[in-house]
Amino acid sequence: MSTTRMNTHDAHDAGAHEEHHDTGGNTVFGFWIYLMTDCLLFASIFATYAVLFMNTAGGVSGKDIFELDFVLVETAALLVSSITYGFAMICAHNNNRKGTLSWLLVTFVLGAIFIAMEIYEFHHLIVNGHGPDSSAFLSAFFTLVGTHGLHVTAGLIWMLIMMIEVARTGLTGRSITRLSCLSLFWHFLDVVWICVFTVVYLMGAV
Amino acid sequence: MSFLGKITMDSLPHDPIILTTLCVVGVIGIVVAYLVIRNNLLGVLWRDWLTSVDHKRLGIMYIVLALVMLIRGFADAIMMRTQLALATNGDPGYLPPHHYDQIFTAHGVIMIIFMAMPFMIGLMNIVLPLQIGARDVAFPFLNNLSFWLAVSGAILVNISLGLGEFAKTGWVAYPPLAGLEFSPGVGVDYYIWALQISGIGTTLTAVNFLATVFKMRAPGMKLMDMPIFTWTCTWANILIAASFPILTAVLAMLTLDRYLDFHFFTNEAGGNSMMYINLFWAWGHPEVYILVLPAFGVFSEIISTFTGKRLFGYKSMVWATASIAVLGFVVWLHHFFTMGSSANVNAFFGIMTMIIAVPTGVKLFNWLFTMYRGRLRITVPVLWSLGFMVTFTIGGMTGVLLAVPGADYVLHNSLFLIAHFHNTIIGGAVFGYLAGFAFWFPKAMGFHLNENWGRAAFWCWLVGFFMAFMPLYVLGFLGMTRRLNHTDNPDWNIWLYIAAFGAGIILVGIICQFVQLYVSFRDRKDNLDTTGDPWNGHTLEWSTASPPQFYNFAELPTVSDIDAFTDMKEKGQAYQRKATYAPIHMPKNTMAGIVIGGFITAFGFAMIWHIWWLAIAGLLGAFVSFVMRAYTKDVDYYVQPDEVAHIENEFLDNVAKG
Repeated sequence: MSTTRMNTHDAHDAGAHEEHHDTGGNTVFGFWIYLMTDCLLFASIFATYAVLFMNTAGGVSGKDIFELDFVLVETAALLVSSITYGFAMICAHNNNRKGTLSWLLVTFVLGAIFIAMEIYEFHHLIVNGHGPDSSAFLSAFFTLVGTHGLHVTAGLIWMLIMMIEVARTGLTGRSITRLSCLSLFWHFLDVVWICVFTVVYLMGAV
Repeated sequence: MSFLGKITMDSLPHDPIILTTLCVVGVIGIVVAYLVIRNNLLGVLWRDWLTSVDHKRLGIMYIVLALVMLIRGFADAIMMRTQLALATNGDPGYLPPHHYDQIFTAHGVIMIIFMAMPFMIGLMNIVLPLQIGARDVAFPFLNNLSFWLAVSGAILVNISLGLGEFAKTGWVAYPPLAGLEFSPGVGVDYYIWALQISGIGTTLTAVNFLATVFKMRAPGMKLMDMPIFTWTCTWANILIAASFPILTAVLAMLTLDRYLDFHFFTNEAGGNSMMYINLFWAWGHPEVYILVLPAFGVFSEIISTFTGKRLFGYKSMVWATASIAVLGFVVWLHHFFTMGSSANVNAFFGIMTMIIAVPTGVKLFNWLFTMYRGRLRITVPVLWSLGFMVTFTIGGMTGVLLAVPGADYVLHNSLFLIAHFHNTIIGGAVFGYLAGFAFWFPKAMGFHLNENWGRAAFWCWLVGFFMAFMPLYVLGFLGMTRRLNHTDNPDWNIWLYIAAFGAGIILVGIICQFVQLYVSFRDRKDNLDTTGDPWNGHTLEWSTASPPQFYNFAELPTVSDIDAFTDMKEKGQAYQRKATYAPIHMPKNTMAGIVIGGFITAFGFAMIWHIWWLAIAGLLGAFVSFVMRAYTKDVDYYVQPDEVAHIENEFLDNVAKG
């Protein structure tokens, strides 16, 4: 069949096609659909949390373990990181490589602070005997907050890779597309965190 | 923890039935490998198929996977039927409970996840981009990766046959039975990782095809100009995108329960197993519409093509599909009316379930009105479609009966239920896929299927189906519950014998299907489809050669009608020879998909057997391969105008010759 012939062709310059095809737009759109599936993943875990959060099995409830001041700082770090990511995107669209890299670095540090604080909180709970194996409430709590945390961690790894890409090859059409996808991802995680903060921490602490 | 995790000598099979099966599979594997190597096909297989990003080739590979898994799933089925026919009057039969329980679990999982899904996705891959006049899907590499994730899941299920065990829980794997306390073995872990990995592949497929239909339709094709099969697949993809994440989440929670002592669904520490059952069916019910909606699309295409008429009620068909898709999300509780919800909750879900019969009825009447005063050509695809209409209507009606909560309290988990869902899934989805297989086979492969063997396969399937499943309705009324290993009720015996005989007839049907493939392949030179339009088709896939040019369309078609190709033929715009062609931008094949799939298979296997070093290595390998793929420069090329002209002229010469 025809593919055997197709493979004998010489490769063309990979960068040259970008003006002919709006593949970047398709990528961002496709990534957005993926985010909607991710949104439903979180929705399922939220639903489970809502069903199980009172099942403390005689152990601690949210009121006993949540420290709102601590979580507020954590939240601030993540929300500010969304703004700084926005600055990085503005720089990227202005073809300002240095600015992009600097703001990505700031975003990365803020995200890392968030993750570090979350790990500290989890560690603190586990050493005090409130690990996810203690009750259905704690299982659901660790899973919901932890799934968000895993997403943020994935975002941080992605950001690191993007910083290397931008530093090495500059702001090509491809890296702008990828930065746009990461931008959607990062803001999406912010929105999810606002729901986590409200449903888990605020509603749990009152 | 040892180097091989939980694997010990006891994990190897002892059962003579399993050992025989493994030997047969091993011999077949060696023969296939020998044939491939002797005919020097290894390179072709690797370069043109396994690493291909061409949607048509991926579609064919999906269907090959589905057919292989059909054999496996059907072997399970016929073992169950013979066991139940033998194990009457207190006789234990030949399958002990611990083996029998694995068989019915494997049968369900394989038939739904690894037979029906790949078959559906395979047809969608082959047809959908052609129908919308696109050169490929939005993300060709992702398409290849999705395929390999499906294969990865299938491999894990099949490994469970030879190493360890499969789940003994039924295909739904309800906790607490599926929890660590009552299922301490690796069976449920095989189940979890096989479904998890293939499920993620399916989600990616839906993302891919949604981006494709929304962004890559041919110029002029509005949404309400899309062929009906494309529409039904699109709704199926919306359902996948909306429901598979729930499966991912619920499986992850079951995993945490089993691996890290969480308490989502356990009996103690506040766990709630009903939460699993709710989430499972919040995925599981949309899943049955994911399977059947594309089949409805296939029938619509076939009925309108072979009556030579426009589809009756195109718009009502699209909206009926939409209603079924949306309603499919608000009926999940009818799978467990007996959970003990209040009467009002049960009534709500019962009524919503019955309402689904309305858009389904709309579809059925649309098909009937399409045939009305048409000249229906009775070909194999049409036989499947007519068989479907009769069979599916019966299945639909028993479904409405089961939707009455009061009736469900009597019939819940009885063989009546088994008869009902086989009636809809075989009569609806499987007949649809086999119809689509016969319909699009010449398009995908370039030669026709043998008609006589096709007819024989159809009649055996149809008669066999009724003989195998109508007795189960009776047995349900007689009080026989599902998943029994042996029975001791003389009143049931005769029905069990008839059902086993029916399964035997289906077996003959499946054999006819494979003989048909063999005979058609052997005689392919006499049955070539040179025009690309063997049925006088309505839609754009028939405007290409058979098999289609690897770039699909030399020039993207401009569309101004639902039946775009009929429109072109009527206006005399079809088969136009162009003086010049533009270069065509194409993606290159890549081994990244199969490599990542391999690493993920290793990861899944390692997680099942608690081989932690391999799990880390597998995950890391997949990640590194993915990043490497992201930074591969050499991913595309241009087909030059002279080559396009050469291929197009050859095709148009063939068309002119007829």
